[in-house]
Amino acid sequence: MTTVEPIDVEDGAGTVEAVGSVGTLGTSGTTGATPTPTASGPGSTHLASESGLVVPVGRGDGCPFDPPARVERVRREQPVVRARLWDGSSCWLVTRHQDVRAVLGDPRFSADATRPGFPFLTAGGREIVTNNPTFIRKDDPEHARLRRMLTADFMVKKVEAMRPEVQRIADELLDRMTDGRSAADLVAEFALPLPSLVICLLLGVPYEDHEFFQRRSGILLSLRSEPEDIRTAQQELHAYLVRLARAKRERPDDAIVSRLVARGELDDDEIASMGRLLLVAGHETTANMTALSTLALLRNPGQMARLRNDPPLIKGAVEELLRYLTIVHNGLPRLATEDVTLGGVTIRAGEGVLCTLNSANRDDEVFPDGDVLDVGRDARRHVAFGFGVHQCLGQPLARVELQIALETLLRRLPDLRLDVPFEEIRFRHDMGVYGVYALPVAW
Amino acid sequence: MRVHIDQEKCCGAGSCVLSAPEVFDQREEDGIVVLLDAAPPAELHDAVREAAAICPAAAITVEQVERV
Repeated sequence: MTTVEPIDVEDGAGTVEAVGSVGTLGTSGTTGATPTPTASGPGSTHLASESGLVVPVGRGDGCPFDPPARVERVRREQPVVRARLWDGSSCWLVTRHQDVRAVLGDPRFSADATRPGFPFLTAGGREIVTNNPTFIRKDDPEHARLRRMLTADFMVKKVEAMRPEVQRIADELLDRMTDGRSAADLVAEFALPLPSLVICLLLGVPYEDHEFFQRRSGILLSLRSEPEDIRTAQQELHAYLVRLARAKRERPDDAIVSRLVARGELDDDEIASMGRLLLVAGHETTANMTALSTLALLRNPGQMARLRNDPPLIKGAVEELLRYLTIVHNGLPRLATEDVTLGGVTIRAGEGVLCTLNSANRDDEVFPDGDVLDVGRDARRHVAFGFGVHQCLGQPLARVELQIALETLLRRLPDLRLDVPFEEIRFRHDMGVYGVYALPVAW
Repeated sequence: MRVHIDQEKCCGAGSCVLSAPEVFDQREEDGIVVLLDAAPPAELHDAVREAAAICPAAAITVEQVERV
């Protein structure tokens, strides 16, 4: 899943309180011995649990809001299984809520993609981490040191204070979108510009450059991108942010990039890497959640009506939409650094693990009738933002943006409807962050 | 109920503040958890337990104290 590396919602390992299912077996001195994860050939100990799945697993003709049916079947029948990756290597697929939390919350599973055997979803994904990896692909203590330079900017109080500004942006975008018209593409005119404008303000990036960085982040996120295109896009984005850091050195402001420069602890390359992570993560995720949530509500008119009639439901509804849609849909990768027993199997040191957040968020043991969208449900235990110390840094901001975007949309456009047949909507199956490419709506 | 926090483990995700703002806050300088009330009243116990359960870094522990 590392095409998605720069925008993993993560940015997530402490130990879970009642892990239960995770415990160290005798480690027999294999730590550090990192077998290359070639496909299980003769002599493999994993034949019994081979699932035949190749990841990322496509949804096929299944419901576009649901995880792939084959992953859901695995979750119910054999929650920790071997799956095949694009390059013929294998990794463990971890699909249940409890197990996903156990892996992501356990420091014995590393997020450091430079370790041999780390599972990548594509060749392009592997390309990304070799260039200026950000802290989401590092382990503590280095991860914590870097992340803590940013946590203050995304803390709840700070983000809550931005509500009037986010509301103003939402209203202006809707004013423009509805001015003299009765139909538009919601992605282009509302869902994407809203979080882009907000993250630009926070970072101190000129919004006029949005076409430049949105195009490159699209390349970085596409599972179809060739490694060479990924390299170019990443270099261009990186060079842009290095120039920005230098400009802030000359003319400082109060935004994040400038304050990182002023701290004097990071060089321009490190600041550019951090800026790239925040820029890409800051707009792609919320943009896709906004559009896909709108579509999910349009397809569940009863739930939409409930939310319109009872606006205070919005906070819980956003958690439920995060759970139900889980747009980081290909799972989060980790590498075992010790032997760990999980769900009845032993994951050996040096083996890769992929935690599928979308199947965990449909786990009936935690979310009864998990395939049903229910805006009144208590969905707070979802793992849509990941889990562990890499859990999404920007989640308070994402929540505020989604609450405001959806509440404003439903309130101001009471006749909101799809402007094309549902079957014509193109879903982002080939992207690291799921969603829709466009959402033609009318009102 | 006694609530304990571990500021070393905390990763500043802020979900405890959303669950139980009367009990948890975040430090101005780095967003790390601050404990406002180590012995919260009964009506907040559910919210505190939820905060401990959703804390991604397992930085919150809750100890049940028997009332004499």
